Amino acid sequence: MSDQRTSAALEASPEYKWGFTTDIEQELVPKGLNEDVIRLISSKKNEPEWMLELRLKAFRHWLTLTEPAWARVSYPKVDFQDISYYAAPKKDKARKSLDELDPELLKTFEKLGIPLQEQKRISGVAMDVVFDSVSVGTTHQEVLEKAGVIFCSISEAITKHSDLVKKYFGTVVPYADNFYAALNAAVFTDGSFCYIPKGVRCPVDLSTYFRINAKDTGQFERTLLIAEEGSYVNYLEGCTAPQRDENQLHAAVVELIAMENAEIKYSTVQNWYTGDKEGRGGIYNFVTKRGKCAGKNSKISWTQVEAGSAITWKYPSVILQGDNSEGMFYSVALTHDKMQADTGTKMIHIGKNTKSTIISKGISTGESSNAYRGLVKIMPSAENARNYSQCDSMLVGDRCSAHTFPSIEVKNKTATIEHEATTSRLSEDQLFYLQSRGLDQEKAISMLVNGFCKQVFKELPLEFSVEAVKLIEMKLENSVG
Amino acid sequence: MLEIRNLRAKVGDKEVLKGLNLTIKAGEVHAIMGPNGAGKSTLSKILAGHPAYEVTEGEVLFDINFKMTNLLELGPDERAKEGVFLAYQYPVEVPGVSNLSFLHMAFNAIVEHQGSEPMNEEDFRRFMLEKMKLVGMKPDFLERPVNVGFSGGEKKRNEILQMAVLSPRLAVLDETDSGLDIDALRVVSDGVNKLRRPDNAILLITHYQRLLDYIKPDFVHVLADGKIVETGDAALALKLEKQGYDWLL
Repeated sequence: MSDQRTSAALEASPEYKWGFTTDIEQELVPKGLNEDVIRLISSKKNEPEWMLELRLKAFRHWLTLTEPAWARVSYPKVDFQDISYYAAPKKDKARKSLDELDPELLKTFEKLGIPLQEQKRISGVAMDVVFDSVSVGTTHQEVLEKAGVIFCSISEAITKHSDLVKKYFGTVVPYADNFYAALNAAVFTDGSFCYIPKGVRCPVDLSTYFRINAKDTGQFERTLLIAEEGSYVNYLEGCTAPQRDENQLHAAVVELIAMENAEIKYSTVQNWYTGDKEGRGGIYNFVTKRGKCAGKNSKISWTQVEAGSAITWKYPSVILQGDNSEGMFYSVALTHDKMQADTGTKMIHIGKNTKSTIISKGISTGESSNAYRGLVKIMPSAENARNYSQCDSMLVGDRCSAHTFPSIEVKNKTATIEHEATTSRLSEDQLFYLQSRGLDQEKAISMLVNGFCKQVFKELPLEFSVEAVKLIEMKLENSVG
Repeated sequence: MLEIRNLRAKVGDKEVLKGLNLTIKAGEVHAIMGPNGAGKSTLSKILAGHPAYEVTEGEVLFDINFKMTNLLELGPDERAKEGVFLAYQYPVEVPGVSNLSFLHMAFNAIVEHQGSEPMNEEDFRRFMLEKMKLVGMKPDFLERPVNVGFSGGEKKRNEILQMAVLSPRLAVLDETDSGLDIDALRVVSDGVNKLRRPDNAILLITHYQRLLDYIKPDFVHVLADGKIVETGDAALALKLEKQGYDWLL
């Protein structure tokens, strides 16, 4: 269906080297959204009846909702009937291992720095790879199986581990939560599922890489991660998409559940296509991520480096239900050219002695707009809750903007809340100081920005933090100077 | 080593330097004194290459590989690599960047430019610890972010330390004595004196004669209204201390 394109058209621009397109035969559901499309998605995935019912319920609810307009972003209305809700590379025969994947796909992921073939894999990280609407495979299955860890695509989990999925799906982000959560529950196509059994420290880091390739599609990823009592997992997520003049929608839902004494670290480097300098094209990244510290002493941390998308609308949150539980949010959001980001977190304190930390660093350049929006809520039951929030914004140039919208609701007098916020300009004086010691402008800027983001970068796993630093430096090089 | 010819410069619309001439030879220490607003700090910023100052006339020649080269054509980092150093009156804070990594990167940028091998972090740390003794800095200084939370005295000592580490050929010290108590002044001056060599030159910019009790200049210049109006030896500074600047204006 799409084999005649020239290779020149597939090349990415130097500003966004991930912007190429993979020429692969694909199965595409016609544009439009209705119950038949949902039934079709469900049947393609051989889902049990309960899942289809849930999808339809979510869809019927979604029809009653209107798009939220409170975020500090503006964009033309999304036409939900003009999107194809399912795109998958065509499989000609059943394959036994990732090595038998379509060579075009293998090449694509290699180009993205994600080698999938056995001998080339990144050691210590198990990968689930989602291409458009489907997971194309998960690495390191043997070592995970040995530890009793389940790590597979959510589609596979729905059929193979139906009871587990049924028990937890939608318990942290119910479909009625918001407009995009309802849409996601109705049409989600793939994503990752992880289950870490009691007392297990996951032997490798788990990682999902999301790639949008097909045109005029939306990606609706659904991730569910359950850490049983006393377990630990480090989860990483990355994403890229081709360069196109049309906007594409990515509306994901991620749910995390940490039982007693369990710890989940969830890190994201978000690098969706941002659109060009005039603001044409780019991904709309409308995401609901939430974790629940269900058990005592549990911990959930979100670390995000948001460097892509035309529009980001994302608030990874933690519900601190178990006593002594702890939630953390570390974020670097970089916007350039005409990008718009409205991101932050919610920390909901329910249990006693619960603690939350919020460190948000926003960098705006070009004509972009970068907003932090956060809520810290201390419920009446949360004795001795503590929160520390720090929101710093850095402006580069004089056409960008930074905004901070913190809300604090305290319903228990024993709470301790601290909030600090600063806005600064990448100052000529700082830049000059470093340059006058022999650093060229590029090195000086990257030193200043890395210094500014240090509290967040140090929370990322090492390889990821190196990647993140390089990504931010590259984006700044293109936008400053 | 340095020859400033008929230098005119402005900040915004205001002309601050109005035809300044100055020649400095290797091994010399020069002091520039003068009333507020005379253009002393402007001169130091221009020598280092601050983009906010616009040179409208004249040239600044600096000896690079035995060739007098116009400094004004080089960017601030290139000047640093050629051995020009400015000790700031108000050193800038750089949050999140440790003194060690900052100076390590600066040091390597300079030595690599000069054709030497960069130094690895372990060796550089040792080298730093040695230099830090010169200005009485404690080892924890290495990991602290650049100038963040430093007292006024610490910031000035840090400037002298950077000078010791980067080993410039021309060091411009902009009011390094301001805000220092006597003990700190002695530490800073001792540091500077130890860095005097026959092949480098120092330009001291100061308000007060007292710095010159500690660092003996070969020449003292008075800068007033954008020009050098008087030049003499150390005795001139003492005279200024007693009589002020009025007799020169």
